Amino acid sequence: MLETLIAGIVIFTLATFLGVELINRVPTTLHTPLMSGANAVSGITVVGAMIVAGSGHGWISTVLGTAAVILAMMNVVGGYAVTDRMLQMFRRKPGAR
Amino acid sequence: MRPGVAELLYLIAAVCFILGLKRLSHPGTAVSGNRLSAIGMLLAIVVTLFDRAILSFEMIAAGMVVGSALGLWMARAVKMTAMPQMVALLNGFGGAASLLVGGAEFLRSELVGQNLSLDTSITIQLSLLIGAVTLTGSLVAFAKLQELMSGRPITFPGLQALNAAIFLAIVALSVYQISVPESLLWPFYAVCALSLVLGILLVIPIGGADMPVVISLLNSYSGIAAAMTGFVIRNDVLIISGALVGSSGIILSQIMCRAMNRSLTNVLFGAFGGGSAGGSTKTAEGLSVRQVGPEDAAMQLGYAQLVIVVPGYGLAVAQAQHLVRELGDLIEKRGGEVKYAIHPVAGRMPGHMNVLLAEANVPYDKLYDMDAVNGDFERADVALVIGANDVVNPAARTDPGSPIYGMPILNADSARSVIVLKRGMGSGFAGIENELFYNPKTSMLFGDAKNSLAKLVSELKTLS
Repeated sequence: MLETLIAGIVIFTLATFLGVELINRVPTTLHTPLMSGANAVSGITVVGAMIVAGSGHGWISTVLGTAAVILAMMNVVGGYAVTDRMLQMFRRKPGAR
Repeated sequence: MRPGVAELLYLIAAVCFILGLKRLSHPGTAVSGNRLSAIGMLLAIVVTLFDRAILSFEMIAAGMVVGSALGLWMARAVKMTAMPQMVALLNGFGGAASLLVGGAEFLRSELVGQNLSLDTSITIQLSLLIGAVTLTGSLVAFAKLQELMSGRPITFPGLQALNAAIFLAIVALSVYQISVPESLLWPFYAVCALSLVLGILLVIPIGGADMPVVISLLNSYSGIAAAMTGFVIRNDVLIISGALVGSSGIILSQIMCRAMNRSLTNVLFGAFGGGSAGGSTKTAEGLSVRQVGPEDAAMQLGYAQLVIVVPGYGLAVAQAQHLVRELGDLIEKRGGEVKYAIHPVAGRMPGHMNVLLAEANVPYDKLYDMDAVNGDFERADVALVIGANDVVNPAARTDPGSPIYGMPILNADSARSVIVLKRGMGSGFAGIENELFYNPKTSMLFGDAKNSLAKLVSELKTLS
């Protein structure tokens, strides 16, 4: 059982280092969209929420899972949509009005 | 789906997230990066629908429709000035989702009397703790930013000791829960309740000026919470994306702390901006400021070769970004050059000021970071400070007694002349006197930023 935990820790650690490398390349001008976009990515919890909501393990699981699906989907859709809205404003060509 | 196929598709989703972040390294590619990331998310969701553990789809579908509609509505309705609140709220939702998933997994095992394995048990406890702290911490940050509660630090003697005690109690309860073979309800509820309280107590002593750090940090927590959920349900794509988000939040918190010359510990436990923080003895007595009218100020701007605009949050509050752009256009039409000097903590979250100016159509290549622009102030004819205060306060360089001593600032004081647009002589967010305002080459244009800018624009138009 502990092997899967260790494998998870390995993945987590490597992904953290990858994240540091990637994020350091994001210019300061895009830090706000970066945060809202990262927020959308953390809405990946929806995957766990869906499994809990749909697995039919009694009403408690279904209720908690459905609530989690709603919250995580707000994170996902709200995060991506608002990031897109901001990034559109940055896309205008420099100098062009 | 054949065994292994789902895992590979999840991996593709994770690759989409990684490439999406990579494309965020330039404004030109960022839009497509964000969409690629969204496609990865869609893929992950679709793959999950084929999961064999899912028996019914009604509640999932209902939850998705409701969540998507609410999310879309928020994203459309939010004003760019309110972006920090929105991100705080979304962080909180992410934390709540992790808390609920962890809680549901635990309650299921309790209900069927199944013994959890050691690693699942540990990660459930962690996702409860981190999810709950992220939820209530974010809600407090939201309330402070939305001004539903005072931005001032709320603290009382023994608060930190209390926090430490709560944290130790959570650890003790979790260890107990993990060590017994069956799932017990009372430690579960106690851990949830204490973690929710801890989230509140951790954020209330942090002042409004330090919110950029708190939001970044909570962003990081929401990522780590997602990763913990990944451990609970054993899904690598959650672990990978959680780790990516976790590192992004930590880097942004570090950048913010460096920009304020304070350690993370100091931000989190220092209760900065409470009025008691001021060790400075410098007061404004005996000094006088030079006032200027819009005509003279417009004259100065109209004949300047280089104008560096220093926007602060006051500009955003006055909703005057568009007027600044108009003013900049007029100066450029007259042959002058305009640059915008953005201090890292100019807004209420990292990069906030850039978004506000981009919304007003200021091209992003005119926005300069502190390090890139500080050398240019010497040859600037006018530094136009609009609604900014602490980020141009020379006391940060010269007065070791000042609470902001050592904070990197914009060298507005080395410009040939300085025009400050300010509502009145009140002090900044950190509550400190600013000697730049008493500098002989500084002239003050008092009034609401929007009004003053409108006057400057119309004066500049009449200038021939």
